[in-house]
Amino acid sequence: MAIQATYLDMPLAIDDLDVENLAYFKHCAAHDFRLQRCTKCNLLRYPPTTACPWCMNPKSDWVPVEAKGAVHSYTEVHHAIQPAFKAHTPYLVLLVDLDTQKGKPTKDEALRVMGNLTTPDGKLAPADMVRKVGIGTRMRMVFADAGPGIAIPHWTIDEAAQQPAKPWRYPQE
Amino acid sequence: MPMPDTDTSSPKYLRDKYAIVGVGETTYTRGSGVTTRALGTWAVRNAIEDAGLKASDVDGMLSYQSGDSTFSTFIAGDLGLRLNFYMDVFGGGSSTEALVGMAMGLIEAGMCRTVAIFRAMNGFSQVRIGGTGARAAAPIMGDALHGRTYGWQSAGQMFAPTFMRHMHDYGTKPEQVAHVKHFHSCHASNNPKAFYKKRYSVDEVLNSRIICKPLHLLDCCVETDNGTAIIVTSAERARNLRQHPVLIRGVVGRCSKPRTDMHYQTGPISTVAGHYAKDILWPNSGVGPEDIDLTGSYDAFTFTTMLQLEDYGFCKKGEGGDYVSNGTIKLGGKRPNNTSGGHLCEGYTHGVNMVVENVRQLRHDVDDYCPIGPDGKRQHTYDYREGGCRQVKNAELSANLGWANPGTGSAMVMRRG
Repeated sequence: MAIQATYLDMPLAIDDLDVENLAYFKHCAAHDFRLQRCTKCNLLRYPPTTACPWCMNPKSDWVPVEAKGAVHSYTEVHHAIQPAFKAHTPYLVLLVDLDTQKGKPTKDEALRVMGNLTTPDGKLAPADMVRKVGIGTRMRMVFADAGPGIAIPHWTIDEAAQQPAKPWRYPQE
Repeated sequence: MPMPDTDTSSPKYLRDKYAIVGVGETTYTRGSGVTTRALGTWAVRNAIEDAGLKASDVDGMLSYQSGDSTFSTFIAGDLGLRLNFYMDVFGGGSSTEALVGMAMGLIEAGMCRTVAIFRAMNGFSQVRIGGTGARAAAPIMGDALHGRTYGWQSAGQMFAPTFMRHMHDYGTKPEQVAHVKHFHSCHASNNPKAFYKKRYSVDEVLNSRIICKPLHLLDCCVETDNGTAIIVTSAERARNLRQHPVLIRGVVGRCSKPRTDMHYQTGPISTVAGHYAKDILWPNSGVGPEDIDLTGSYDAFTFTTMLQLEDYGFCKKGEGGDYVSNGTIKLGGKRPNNTSGGHLCEGYTHGVNMVVENVRQLRHDVDDYCPIGPDGKRQHTYDYREGGCRQVKNAELSANLGWANPGTGSAMVMRRG
């Protein structure tokens, strides 16, 4: 069923035809991170798509995936473009390499999942937390509920993991 | 320079068989006060006049836009052109060179004879190219659920992970990349048309406020309102027209990394589409980066200029920071880039103005502050100090490197005919 929600004052909409996104966010709503696994080559993919980018097979199964990984790259936004984010600067947009399937099918590929840096309860991180995170920081996924049938996956610092001594950060603070 | 022998009879290559014969633009401004239809009409008219053609000589039209402009039918109708082919495509900064390639194919296929290509945009006063306003407020749907939801929307925000990873992988420094703005602003100070003519130092770039790391305000291009146009026809026809012909050596159009829009899924993400495009551009052109006298590497941001110059092979991979800061790309250097000031300073036109500039360079007739001689021609001094010349001496070969995003690019080599 189509989903309409409001998240950080932003209207989100998934219509009935967008079956891949409906399925993805339905699982997120249950705080259950799942990705499509190709029924033919067994590779996982992100973001949700109609066909497998490695073998063109249109059939897939939604399977649970361990939502842990390390920051591959990021940006720290100081000048927000969207009004909803203006109250939250600086905020981090993170590109996180999942441990699952990292380096497959070729060495420079990974399931790179977007998200903001948030607190463990899914709220955009305060400035002192933003300054701690860089390339290499170990992350775990958390969800921000956005309404019936939808929650937004985000990243928070994985306190249980061994962290790099000094994650790479942009040299000018 | 002497050109290698060219076999234009080969169906594989169309080297030097087609030419850009006219260029036109409107004032680069903020607040054009007119519609995109009017901007496009003026630009195409100016390009036709520049070529010395009549309305009836132009029978093809191509344009590109992102839901923010007018269509070929209106421009042709307004100017009284009867078209044998037209098409308006969706897209941004990788379109100019790609559409030149399409124009060559159309003429080669006998579908039309002379093609006008235009881009008209009120990128400041209507649909802001930075994404503020209507674009920022629109509901989030489809693929954008995995991007805009995270405040990952504007071009700067979307490209930043690529830029950051390049700094991480290769030790590229902010002050190296800031040189791009410094040099382009020096070029713009010799361009009467440039929206920003002020020269900026590297320190001024680094001390401007952070927009989104690693981009300072002055690492980002300007938003302007403008129409720009170019005219493509056969080299044979070009010889009888008003301007010195500028021949097209080779084109690569909208060449992409794997996964295209989801290019960040593959890697290395510090590598951009030029890595793939170079293998089409140079063989098609029959020349290499070492032969090129000046470049037009798209400067939506200082970093885009650097990444492309590197991936097209103007320096070794990872050495782009040195290449853009060691003086090579400034006027008077070995291979100047964006001598008009480019998108950082002259104005933002989604790539057309960088082609316009290189066409004028190859005519040896850029519009700078040099005196006009008794024969009506500009007497270039090659004195590149502020308010002076910006003509590259003996420019014979140029390369334009268009950028849509890290995953898609287009490029073109042109030579003086």
